[in-house]
Amino acid sequence: MIRVEIGKLVRSRRTWFTILLVDALPTVVAVLLSVTNLAPRPGTGPAFLSAVLTDGTLFPLAALAMVLPLFLPVAVAMTAGEAIAGEAQAGTLRYLLIRPVGRARLLVAKLVAVMTFVLITVLVVAATAFVSGTLLLGKDAAPGSVTLSVSGTALSTGELAWRTGLALLFAMLAMLGVAAVALFASTVARSPLAAALSTLALLVASTLLLPLDAAHDVRPYLVTRYWLSFVDLFRDPILWTNVVHGVIQQLAYVLVFSVAAWANFTTKDITD
Amino acid sequence: MYGSFVAVDSLDLEVDEGEVYGLLGANGSGKTTTVRMLLGLVLATSGTIELLGQPMPKRAGAVLPHVGALVEGPAAYGHLSGRANLRIQDASGPGGQRSSRRSRIEDVLDQVGLGGVDGRPVRTYSLGMRQRLGLATALLGRPRLLVLDEPTNGLDPQGIREIRGLVRELNAAGTTIVMLSHQLSEVEQVCGRVGVLERGRMVLQQDLAELRRPTGRFLLRTDEPDRAVALLGDRVEGRRQDELMVRAEDAAQLNASLVAAGLAVSELAAERRTLEDAVLAATTAGADRLERS
Repeated sequence: MIRVEIGKLVRSRRTWFTILLVDALPTVVAVLLSVTNLAPRPGTGPAFLSAVLTDGTLFPLAALAMVLPLFLPVAVAMTAGEAIAGEAQAGTLRYLLIRPVGRARLLVAKLVAVMTFVLITVLVVAATAFVSGTLLLGKDAAPGSVTLSVSGTALSTGELAWRTGLALLFAMLAMLGVAAVALFASTVARSPLAAALSTLALLVASTLLLPLDAAHDVRPYLVTRYWLSFVDLFRDPILWTNVVHGVIQQLAYVLVFSVAAWANFTTKDITD
Repeated sequence: MYGSFVAVDSLDLEVDEGEVYGLLGANGSGKTTTVRMLLGLVLATSGTIELLGQPMPKRAGAVLPHVGALVEGPAAYGHLSGRANLRIQDASGPGGQRSSRRSRIEDVLDQVGLGGVDGRPVRTYSLGMRQRLGLATALLGRPRLLVLDEPTNGLDPQGIREIRGLVRELNAAGTTIVMLSHQLSEVEQVCGRVGVLERGRMVLQQDLAELRRPTGRFLLRTDEPDRAVALLGDRVEGRRQDELMVRAEDAAQLNASLVAAGLAVSELAAERRTLEDAVLAATTAGADRLERS
């Protein structure tokens, strides 16, 4: 079933169009940066962006930091929101269920397909950013210069590689959280759009509450609280606190909403 | 979504293996909800359901591979071709080897008359083609039980006849068929037994042959109806111009006595109840009619 779902995803034109859109933003930024040579001052703007003018190979990280807070969650919410509600709306859900495909199995397959989508998107973004970064940016770099950590110390290539790997895993987990929320919404809502929008509403609400002092006590529970904590992986030494909190929090989100989706979907009357 | 609405209530439905069962009922009488419950899509709040001898929805994983269904119209992924849709359906289910998928798909396409369909997406299909594709999907696993909700929807008269032939053929090969319809003539032509639903209850369940058994009255047409009335006396129970409705034991006897009296009988036929009479007698108006009270 997982293979069938991934097949559906890969064969849908919308999947590739979404990835193209997500990929467009960092590419546009790369072009603008290379034309103007105006990077944000260190400490302002998206993470890593100030560093990319001197080192183009850092641009994949900067691109992910750009895409992660908004573009990728929107794409994930759309794709996962479509999962059940979309099949229900098309009428194909009832035919899948009487095939029969177990309801829990269908949910798992959908979630795996969404994560495949995230993986493809992240890889495409990273790959194009690497290409555009090395081609367009970092021309100022003196030969033999080393990559600097956010804290200002030097990072070896090997160190940079595994830290990037961890950052990618962290970002994937954050998106799995979004996917779980959207999948749950997809089992509740009758239209895929409603499922995607309600997920986005949760994300936007979380983002708006974060800077609010009055929301201080609920802050650790807000879904977007630790999203950008992967930056801490590039400090020297690594600041683990928020990364670990983020992992625990996202796992909790995944667990709670997956169980909710399962509980709702397996007891639901399919009447569309 | 139904809220507290009771769509189907205390329903006893029994279908024997190998028969063609027609489930009738007005719009909103609960036919589709019944089928959805049978297939485990809608969960019944009370009662037991057995499908092919196994409890549903508990044993859905074991039962449903042997069941094919067309529920409330066909559905397919519009951006894919008919074959791609069948491939997805086939791959999602437990039935059969991957290597024989192509032949399974071509077989069902031939069965429903879509063998020559090209690669264009289903979204460009006509209503009749979609219906045929839906039937093909239902036939994919060589089901022992076929549940068809309005199988001839959207088909032209030729198509309807074709599907009727297919249903008979499948039944002859041993497939049990439950057909939902409000097209009485269709049901009358293929079903062996019928059940009539009204407001979620079974109001009539009978063999079609018995339902349509002769009423014991005969339609008599003759050139001299007045003489016939005089001759037959109170055995004539109705008259419409030169057509008489006569109660008699036996048509041959009646005919002989009339001919012996010198009457020319131009038509003599046993009166049978039609399915329509039976259904209308058993039900009131459909749930889609809401009178002002």
